[in-house]
Amino acid sequence: MQTGQLLLILAAMIVTAFIMGRHRALQVAQPLGGIRHLRSLPFYYAMRSAIWCALPALTVLVTWLVFDQTLIRIMVLDSLPTELQPVDGTARNLLISQIGNVASGALPTDFVDAAVANAAGRLNQLQSISAMAMAVVVIVLAMVGGAWAWLRVSARMPAREQVERVLLVVFMLCAVLAVVTTVGIVFSVLFESIRFFGQVPITDFLFGLNWSPQMALRADQVASEGAFGAVPLFAGTLLISAIALIVAVPVGLMSAIYLAEYAHSKVRSFAKPALEVLAGVPTVVYGFFAALTVAPFIRDVGQSLGLSVASESALAAGLVMGIMLIPFVSSLSDDVITAVPRAMRDASLGLGATRSETIKKVIFPAALPGIMGGILLAASRAIGETMIVVMAAGLAANLTANPLQAVTTITVQIVTLLTGDQEFDSAKTLAAFALGLMLFITTLLMNVVALHIVKKYREQYE
Amino acid sequence: MSVTTEQVRKTLARRYRAEKRFKAYGICAISIGLLALLLLFTDIIGKGYRAFYEYSVALQITFDPESLEIDDPRDLEQLQYGNYEAVVREALQARFPGVEGREDRRALAALVSTAAGYRLREMLENSPELLGQTRTLWLQLNDDADMFLKSSEAKRKTARLSDQQQTWMLELEQSDEVRAGFNHSLFTRGDSREPEQAGILGAILGSFFTMLVTLALSFPIGVAAAVYLEEFAPKNRFTDFIEVNINNLAAVPSIIFGLLGLAVFIGLFGMPRSVPLVGGLVLTLMTLPTIIISSRAAIKAVPPSIRQAAMGLGASKMQVVLQFVLPLALPGMLTGGIIGMAQALGETAPLLMIGMVAFIVELPAGAMDAATVLPVQVFLWASSPEQSFVTMTSAAIMVLMTFLITMNTMAVVMRKRLERRW
Repeated sequence: MQTGQLLLILAAMIVTAFIMGRHRALQVAQPLGGIRHLRSLPFYYAMRSAIWCALPALTVLVTWLVFDQTLIRIMVLDSLPTELQPVDGTARNLLISQIGNVASGALPTDFVDAAVANAAGRLNQLQSISAMAMAVVVIVLAMVGGAWAWLRVSARMPAREQVERVLLVVFMLCAVLAVVTTVGIVFSVLFESIRFFGQVPITDFLFGLNWSPQMALRADQVASEGAFGAVPLFAGTLLISAIALIVAVPVGLMSAIYLAEYAHSKVRSFAKPALEVLAGVPTVVYGFFAALTVAPFIRDVGQSLGLSVASESALAAGLVMGIMLIPFVSSLSDDVITAVPRAMRDASLGLGATRSETIKKVIFPAALPGIMGGILLAASRAIGETMIVVMAAGLAANLTANPLQAVTTITVQIVTLLTGDQEFDSAKTLAAFALGLMLFITTLLMNVVALHIVKKYREQYE
Repeated sequence: MSVTTEQVRKTLARRYRAEKRFKAYGICAISIGLLALLLLFTDIIGKGYRAFYEYSVALQITFDPESLEIDDPRDLEQLQYGNYEAVVREALQARFPGVEGREDRRALAALVSTAAGYRLREMLENSPELLGQTRTLWLQLNDDADMFLKSSEAKRKTARLSDQQQTWMLELEQSDEVRAGFNHSLFTRGDSREPEQAGILGAILGSFFTMLVTLALSFPIGVAAAVYLEEFAPKNRFTDFIEVNINNLAAVPSIIFGLLGLAVFIGLFGMPRSVPLVGGLVLTLMTLPTIIISSRAAIKAVPPSIRQAAMGLGASKMQVVLQFVLPLALPGMLTGGIIGMAQALGETAPLLMIGMVAFIVELPAGAMDAATVLPVQVFLWASSPEQSFVTMTSAAIMVLMTFLITMNTMAVVMRKRLERRW
C-alpha cells in the first residue's frame, strides 16, 4: 500500500473519530438535560477523540518512514554471504545501489552475482512486508485510539483542558524545533569534520598554504596526494568580503542617512521600495550579472588600461556582492538612525549646528554601536554568500591580495566538493563539512556579537 | 560684534559648503543604488527578451512512405523508428537544389531543429492519412540559425553559422520563408541539451512542489512557535535560549542548511537525492526564523485590551489566543509568510547541496520525483557555453523575478489593506 493512500485513510479515520466523538458527547448530554451539563463543549470532546485517533498513529507512521529504509538496508546486507560483505563505506554504497537497481528492475538479474540477485529479492520482500506492517499498525493504532477516546467520553471529563494541554505541547515542540535545527547543524558538520581531522591534521587544515583537494583515484597513482591547507580560501573569502563591504557600507550608510534626514517624502516613498527590490533579487541573479556582465566589463576596462585582469576577478564578485548588501546595510542603518531620540537632534540643531554637523557629531556617534552591529551582520552575510562567488569567482586557490586576480572562497569550495560525483565519505566530501564548520563558527560568532550590540543599543534609548 | 560671532561668520561659508558636500554624498549613494538596480534590470531584459520568440522555417514536407520507412502509420513501432529526419532533409534539398556533397548537405540539414522530427511523428500519429501527402509546415529552426536571425546586422558576422549557412538563411529571410512566433517550448518543456528545445516548465513545477512542501510545513510550525513564545512561554533560561537560537538561525548562511539537509535527511534518514520533498524540508528550516520573527511581531501588535476583554468573559488562555488573537494577527503573519516564501523561492545554494542540480528532462509529477527549481535552472544554464542559453537564462530570470515581485507586491498590498491600526 502506498503511503499516500494510507494518509488518506488515516485522514478519513480522524474525521470519523471527530464526528463520532461529538455525537457521543451529545448522546451523553441528552439524558442530563442538554450540553450545558457537560464540563466542556461537544467540540472539545470531538477534538479529543480526533487527537487520540491521530497522534499515536501519526507518531508511529513518521518514525517508521524515517527509519525503515535504513533498517531494511542493514538487514539485506546482513543476509549476504560473508565473502560478499563490503569492506569499506565505498564498497557498501556501491553494493547497496547495485541491489537497489536489481530490485527495481533497472538492472537484469543475470548481470549480477546470484547472491546479489537474492538480496534484491529479499529487499523487495522486506519492503513490501514493511509497507504492509506499517499500514496495519497505523490503522489499528488509529482505531484503538479513537475507540478508547470514544468510550471514555463522560459528562465530568475535562475534555477542553486535555485538548489545550496537547495543543500547548505541540506549540512548544514547534518552538523547540529551532533548537533542534541548531543542534542538527552543529552535529552534522561536527561529526564529519572530526572524521576529516582524523585523516588530515587540524593544523595542516588551519595553517596550510596549499589547497588542492584532488585525491589519488587508485592507490598506485602518482598524482597528487591532495592538500587541504585552507589559508588561501580564508584569504580569498576575506578579500571578496572586504571589497563587498567597501562598496556596501559607505553607499548603504549614506543612502540611509540621506533618506532619513534629507530626502523629500516623495523621493523617500520612491527610493526606499526601489532599494528593497534590490534586496529581493535572488543571489543567483546577481551571480549571473557578475559573471556575464560585470566581470567581462572589468576585464575589458583593465585591458584598455594595460592591466592584466583575470576573467574571474575577485573585484567583479566583490563589487556585485557589495551591490547586494547595499539595501541590507541601508535598512539596518535606517533602523538605528531613526531610533536616535528626536530631542538629541533638536538640541544640536537648536545650538546652531548645520544638519550635516548634527549627523556627524551627534547622531552618528549615538548610532555607532548599532551601525557597527549592522556592519558585522553584513560581513557575516558576505562571508556566507554562495551563489555570486560560485558563478563569478574562480576555483583556483591563489593566495593573493590583488583584487584583479581570481581567488576562491570557502563557499565555492563547499559547493565544488559536494556537487561532483564522489562517494559520501572520501576526504574531499569530508573537507566540505570541515569548511562548513569553519563557516558556521565564524558567522555564529559574528552574529552573536552583532545581535548583542544591536540589542544593547536598542535598550539604551528605550 | 563679539569675537565668537565673528568667528562663526568667518567659518559659515565653509560650513555651508561642507553641508552641501555631505548632501551630495547622500544623493550620490542613492543614485549608485538606483543605478545598479536599473543596470541589472536592463541588462537582464536586454539579454532575455529574445528568448520569448523563436523563428521557424516554411518547408514543403512530403510524408513519403519510402523515405520515412513507414508503410502503415497505425503501427506504433514503425512510427517510433520512422526516419523523419530524412523527410526534413529532402524538403530542405528540394528548397536548395544546388547543394551537393555530404558536408554541404549536412550543414543544410543542421539548420532545422531535431525537434522537427518529433513534430512530424506526432502529426502522423494523430492523422495517419497524411502518409504520402505534401504539406507546407513551419518547422522550428536550430538554435544557431535562430540566434542568427535574431541578431542585428553587425553581430551576424560573428554568428556560429558557416558563411554558406548564412547565405541560405539570408535567402530564406529575404523570401519571407522564416517567421517569428511565440516560443511555446519555453513554457511547455523541461530541460534539454538543445537550447531551442529546452524549457522552464520542469523547473517551474519543481519550484511549485518544493514551495508546496515548504509552505505546508513552515507556516503552521512558524505560527505555532510564535504563539508559544509570545503567549505561553515562561520567562526562563530555556525560553531565552530558544530565542537566541531563532535569531542566530536567521543569520546562518543558507549553504549551511544545505549541509544539514545532506547529512541528516539524505545521509541519516536515507531520503532520495534531488527530490522536491527534501528541498522543501531544507527550505522550511531555513525560512522558519523569518516566519517566526514576523509572526511574533504580528501577535505583539494585537492590543492587550482584546485579551483582557476575552478573558473577562471567561475564555481560557488557549481560547483567547486561538479565537481572538490569532485571527487579528493573521494578516501580519500572512505577510511574513509570503516574504518567507519569496525568500525560499529565490534560494539556490542549499538546493545544490542536496543534489537538485541534476540534468532532468522529464517533468516532475510530484514531490518525490527528481526535479530542479527555477533558480537552480538559472545556475545550470548560466554555465552552458551556448549563446542561446544566455538568452534562455535571462528569460528564466525574468520569469523568476516576475514571481518574486508579484509575491512581494502582494505582501505590501496585504499589509496596507488588512493591517489594522489600534
